[in-house]
Amino acid sequence: MNNSMIKYGLIGIAGILAPIVFANFQVQLGFLWLMILFALTWDTQGGQMGYNSFGNILFFGLGMYVCAMVQVGLVYDVGVYTAAAGLDSGKLNGEQYLTGLALGMGAAAVVGVAVAALIGSGILGLRGHYFAIGTLGLGIAFGEIFAGWDYVGAGSGLAPPPFPDELDFLGGRNLFFYYIFFALAVIAFFTLKKIYASRFGLALNAIRDDEDKAEAMGLRTVRIKTISWCVSAFFLALAGGPLGMLVGFIDPRETAFAGVTFGIWMVLMAILGGKGTIWGPVIGAAIFHVTQEFFWSFLLGWQRVAMGVLIVVIVVFFPRGIMGWLRDTWPDRFGEKVDESVPQEGAAQ
Amino acid sequence: MIDNFLLLFQAPTVAVQTLIDGILIGAILALAAYGMALVWGVMNIINIVQGELVILGGYITLTLANMTGIHPLWTVPIAAVVMYFIGYGIYKIVIHRVVDEDMFISILATFGISIILQQLMDQVFGADIQSADTGFDSWGYLDDAITLSQIHVISLVIVIVLATFLVLYLKRSKMGRAIRATAQDARAARIMGVDTDHVYATTYALNAAICGAAGSLVVMTWIIHPFLGLAYTVRSFLIVIVAGLGNMVGVIIAGLGLGAAEQYASFLIGIEFRVAFVFLLMVVILIWRNILLSKERRYLK
Amino acid sequence: MSTPMLEITGVSKAFGGVIANEDISINVPEGSITGLIGPNGSGKTTLFNSVVGYHPIDAGTIKFEGQEISKLRVPEIARLGMLRTFQQTRIYGEMDCVKNMLISMPHRDESLMNIFTNFPPEATEKAESLLEFVGLFSKRYLLAGELSFGQQKLLEFAMALMNEPKILLLDEPTAGINPTLINGIIDRLKRANEQLGITLFVIEHNMRVIMNLAEHIYCLAHGQLLADGPPEELQDNQLVIDAYLGAH
Repeated sequence: MNNSMIKYGLIGIAGILAPIVFANFQVQLGFLWLMILFALTWDTQGGQMGYNSFGNILFFGLGMYVCAMVQVGLVYDVGVYTAAAGLDSGKLNGEQYLTGLALGMGAAAVVGVAVAALIGSGILGLRGHYFAIGTLGLGIAFGEIFAGWDYVGAGSGLAPPPFPDELDFLGGRNLFFYYIFFALAVIAFFTLKKIYASRFGLALNAIRDDEDKAEAMGLRTVRIKTISWCVSAFFLALAGGPLGMLVGFIDPRETAFAGVTFGIWMVLMAILGGKGTIWGPVIGAAIFHVTQEFFWSFLLGWQRVAMGVLIVVIVVFFPRGIMGWLRDTWPDRFGEKVDESVPQEGAAQ
Repeated sequence: MIDNFLLLFQAPTVAVQTLIDGILIGAILALAAYGMALVWGVMNIINIVQGELVILGGYITLTLANMTGIHPLWTVPIAAVVMYFIGYGIYKIVIHRVVDEDMFISILATFGISIILQQLMDQVFGADIQSADTGFDSWGYLDDAITLSQIHVISLVIVIVLATFLVLYLKRSKMGRAIRATAQDARAARIMGVDTDHVYATTYALNAAICGAAGSLVVMTWIIHPFLGLAYTVRSFLIVIVAGLGNMVGVIIAGLGLGAAEQYASFLIGIEFRVAFVFLLMVVILIWRNILLSKERRYLK
Repeated sequence: MSTPMLEITGVSKAFGGVIANEDISINVPEGSITGLIGPNGSGKTTLFNSVVGYHPIDAGTIKFEGQEISKLRVPEIARLGMLRTFQQTRIYGEMDCVKNMLISMPHRDESLMNIFTNFPPEATEKAESLLEFVGLFSKRYLLAGELSFGQQKLLEFAMALMNEPKILLLDEPTAGINPTLINGIIDRLKRANEQLGITLFVIEHNMRVIMNLAEHIYCLAHGQLLADGPPEELQDNQLVIDAYLGAH
């Protein structure tokens, strides 16, 4: 109890102070929390439930568009706004900006959860690699649909309104969004930690270990799988809007439905840290993000090639991840041990 | 969209033209799909890098034609041979380490390779949309209301020749028999003295060669671009799940069907939604087939 | 005592052209231990699968406590209180034994509200006492996948009890288990039947076990019902003896 309180306290203080101490790295630090959120929410399906999704990015992109459309739509006509891309007419005042952001994030969450619930029962009926490729197709299809939809700027994207100057008392755009991502990641962490310990969490694990057995024991697997997707969709959709505004430009394929970057990174980060654990995705995301920033700084132009190599290396040589390796090495540290205080029974050979 | 739909009936030539264009493109898609089915059936790997291998074949043709000035058609066999060795190399470096692993691992690993190839092609060949000029003309019928592009027809002939060669190779050659034996039961084949590692390497390299030839045709009949690969992967996957593994006739029919469906879809809903259509079609077919199976209380395996 | 808990009437099932079950009728009275025997490939497991909803049946009716269930699916049937164990034992390998037990709690009353709650302490107590009942208490924190085959079999049995079924369909509960432990299993099955009031319907290959256990036995051969009766009677039935000795 005390130990973990200290641990959480230290991380919390570090999280609050980091952007002030390293003021030049506010954007990168904000991305770090976003990556942690990505890995955590992916692991709800991939690690805990055994459903390896390549399409969770769908909810992130959807949230990003919905949020931006609501924010813009409260003041302007979205179609006119995107047609006039980037002209002065696109400015919002502080109140409009914040109201739009709040309502937009709310609407994004509702849409994200609704879409997850709607398509979840169909696509979560697929298993194994059919699910993986089905979700991959879904994520990319959504990106292509937005890339062809003129109303939201089609392939040339959508530029959310700039952060109003009058809100600078909040510490500037970067700091403001840093704290949003920090808060989202922390809330996601504790929410997931709580539900993994509940009946729901064990039901997810049961589906991962043997879905047919879980059904034979009467578990409502379809409902559980769909709820799990809705939980991930909720957090991803919430995070989408702020990212669009932090970056300042929404490209349908590169920022919103970025399947070959964010979409695959969330898988990799969870695997690197260790699937099916609460800390694994956090650790994996942190290591991955630092490595990624390093690639950007030193391998400019070739950074994505290096990412590809990293993916292959992790998958081929380190599929159990850091937490998995620790668990294999010291199982008793994770509570997997024989209770010596009880006499061993002959019946249980 | 509705206007275009009506146009199909008012001007039957448009409908026929769309069908012909679709089928001619579909033949190339079927070729790449057969390669995917081969790797899937023999090695139990869904090769996400399939599309990049196709695109890379296209770049080989483009580079050779531009550098030496020979006609792009002559580069089809060269692209296939070069891609054979590239495929062999990819197998030896990565694939052989994941061939016995869980399918998810191999999907991820091939996804990683696909990202590497995309970025390498982007660096080397640039991000522009390119195509090879073959200098061929079109035949026109009914006062040019229906045209038949000569290069499309030639590529269809090449696909037929390659497919025939492939079927004969798998049926008649010693290696072909070993490949089919491994596809049926790798362990039994190993016990019977088949060097399955060599079979896997050859299968993967053969698939890369098929992709190379397909890509070479794509760059002559259509366009290529470093980031177009995934669409070809998904098209191949779609064709394979409709046709089933190891079914050449089924693959060809499904490939032609997909080509036609795509062509009609992009005519009706706009070319900008063509890729979205392909991806959504795959998702819909997967879910639909799964729902059919669930009536018998089974699921796609 | 004689109320039929499970009433199978005229059930047929074919796979392609192969007839696995043909016109089979079986009654399992409430509170009984009923046996199902037959040579390999006689269609016993197919019948089990039909009953618990693994595949649709071609003809016939299956009634559980008077309710027609042949159109229901596996989880729905399980929630009504009919469970089965598997011949190839199935447990949740990456979870420890206690968690295996906890998630096997009945899911009848589960709703969107209580699914996110934690397990009550009574559930853990019950899980541990059932683990003690099958002799796995000391191993309760080990991953189930690391247990031996026999232990997994016991765990699966305990998980089934945790689910508080009305009837339990056991597919070869003693297959692959060390012969010296078989008596322990028979004893536990009988105690589950007597003390917990669970009706048992058991497929068994081991004649000594089934003769010891069941009150009434049905014998299948080539997908058809060959004979039925109390163990002593069936033991001397020439048809049954032929099916076992002559069929191979």
